[in-house]
Amino acid sequence: MRLKCPTNFRIIRLPCTGKVDVIHMLRAFEKGADGVFVVGCMEGDCHFKTGNFRARKRVEQVAAILDTVGVGGERVRMYNLSSGEGPLFAQYAIEMDAHIRALGPSPVGTALKAQMTAA
Amino acid sequence: MIVADKKPIEEIIETVKPYDRILVLGCNECVTVCEAGGKKEVEVLASALRMHFIQQGSKKNFDERTLERQCDHEYLEEIRDIMDNYDAVLSLACGVGVQFMAEKYHTTPLIPGVNTCFLGATEKRGLWTERCQACGSCVLAHTAGICPISRCAKRVMNGPCGGSTGGKCEINKDVDCAWQLIIDRLRDLDRMDEYEIVTPIKDWSTERAGGPRTVAREDVQV
Amino acid sequence: MSMNTPSKLEKVFKSGHIAVTSECGPPRGSDPEAVTSKGAMIKDHVDAVNITDNQTAMTRMSSLAACIHLKQMGLEPILQMVTRDRNRVALQSDILGAASFDINNVLCLSGDHQSFGDCAQGQNVHDLDSMQLVQTVRHMRDEGKFLGGDDIKRPPNMFVGAAANPFADPFEIRVPRLAKKIACGAEFIQTQCIYNIAKFEEWMRRVRERGLHEKVFIMAGMTPMKSAPMAKFMKNRVPGMDVPDEIIDRLAGVEKKKQAQEGIDICVEHIQRLKEVEGIAGFHVMAIEWEEKVPEIVERSGLYPRPEV
Repeated sequence: MRLKCPTNFRIIRLPCTGKVDVIHMLRAFEKGADGVFVVGCMEGDCHFKTGNFRARKRVEQVAAILDTVGVGGERVRMYNLSSGEGPLFAQYAIEMDAHIRALGPSPVGTALKAQMTAA
Repeated sequence: MIVADKKPIEEIIETVKPYDRILVLGCNECVTVCEAGGKKEVEVLASALRMHFIQQGSKKNFDERTLERQCDHEYLEEIRDIMDNYDAVLSLACGVGVQFMAEKYHTTPLIPGVNTCFLGATEKRGLWTERCQACGSCVLAHTAGICPISRCAKRVMNGPCGGSTGGKCEINKDVDCAWQLIIDRLRDLDRMDEYEIVTPIKDWSTERAGGPRTVAREDVQV
Repeated sequence: MSMNTPSKLEKVFKSGHIAVTSECGPPRGSDPEAVTSKGAMIKDHVDAVNITDNQTAMTRMSSLAACIHLKQMGLEPILQMVTRDRNRVALQSDILGAASFDINNVLCLSGDHQSFGDCAQGQNVHDLDSMQLVQTVRHMRDEGKFLGGDDIKRPPNMFVGAAANPFADPFEIRVPRLAKKIACGAEFIQTQCIYNIAKFEEWMRRVRERGLHEKVFIMAGMTPMKSAPMAKFMKNRVPGMDVPDEIIDRLAGVEKKKQAQEGIDICVEHIQRLKEVEGIAGFHVMAIEWEEKVPEIVERSGLYPRPEV
């Protein structure tokens, strides 16, 4: 299956989205990521029962923190799909890419670059 | 355990403003269990603060550390040799830990990162409720194991008051009436006859009213 | 007749009359006229008048000051005291202050929680509870001593009352709770407003079963409804209040401007019915901010003229 998919994001593979913690997502933003999206199994289909629900809660926590510190909570999103839905994954990636491009670069990334230039 | 709640990040941003080198210091005990001030919360708060301040062009440094406890000398001593590196400590311990830090590191400014709330239990993940107000003179033997001081909004010792409706307190329909709980349990224990024993006027001198309290145990002091 | 105190209310009870009391809420200001004008409206139709103590936790003129105003115009005040705002020092002190003006009746309450009032961010005290306050007044009167043990010079000489709510939950302890208040030394009881007559009669039956009506003077609390919306509000929003739907329906069944009169009629009918209930020693007519209607209710209920004692 050859699918068109943006190449400007890094995939971090996990056994379950329940493994994603708040700090993992925050660290990505701290290092200058413009957006993070978590892709989990369909709700109700988690092999570990509630992993994807936990992930959703954590995504919401991250969004609230990003809003508070001026990065913007809309830069983090959660998607659900089943393991056989490669085309849907590609579609979500395209959607996320467009969404983040519309938002522009993260202010943290911009600040980091400015700091590096100064140094 | 001692239950605390996270302070809003906005408030913390304001209080850390004057300092450049800040140690965010967690505690591995109660505040870890109630997810307000353990290692994870230290990481998240430090990360959020870094992201906020880098956008301001500020060069603040937030280091992270979590101690086994902040209410014991031996654990607080672990950071003595690094304290010179910091202008301030943002402590996520309860009010006890923050104060013990302040006593030990007399010249380091301290900022509390949590609001210390009460002595309570974990009813379920994400829900903690009050059980004790540390009155210093436990009455639970006479109240079917349910505390009217911490769980009745008027700490009525001979209750319930006239506001008890459908098992709930007059102040809020989500709050159980402590005296309904006491009576339910007295009935289940087949001890309803005890209800009519009048609880005498309480000696509150062992409570906050008596001033700062001390438990001194000479039998174990060396 | 053995009198414990110089209280006129006690004398009315012990002379075998059905007693009538009413209630005055002090103003949210310092104008004594606001108290004395209410007192003047009901002066001849009641034996004694309760002065509420910052009811619903709204800050008002002090109960004690308002009692003094009424006492000075010849009324018999009942000093309400709640344990919410004062510790045992202040409560004992105010009891002595009241006694110095020969205020001879006190009603001991816990008080509505401060979250209902205008100082929701304030502390509450609750050093004592209402039963312990009853014990305190009796101790000061009967032993002539402070709680701390020292002698009182000229102890207070007060007739001591407490409240009972036959409608609060759990129902099974409502009579045991009354027994407890009597054991603490309560000499008269004023009940919560009664609308559910059947439930109240059941409570009274249980009271008589234990012979409690012979140990304490029970006054039935009566509050006329001004309108159907007021009845609905009382049913849904006032803690510990039991308003049957038939009362609301009856009020709603008449046109708006006649609802107040209907409310008075209901109140009078209830008093007439409860007069026949064994163990009812009096009526406490609480016409909230409607004191001018008290004379009509008392007269139509056959409780006028009040006895000379």
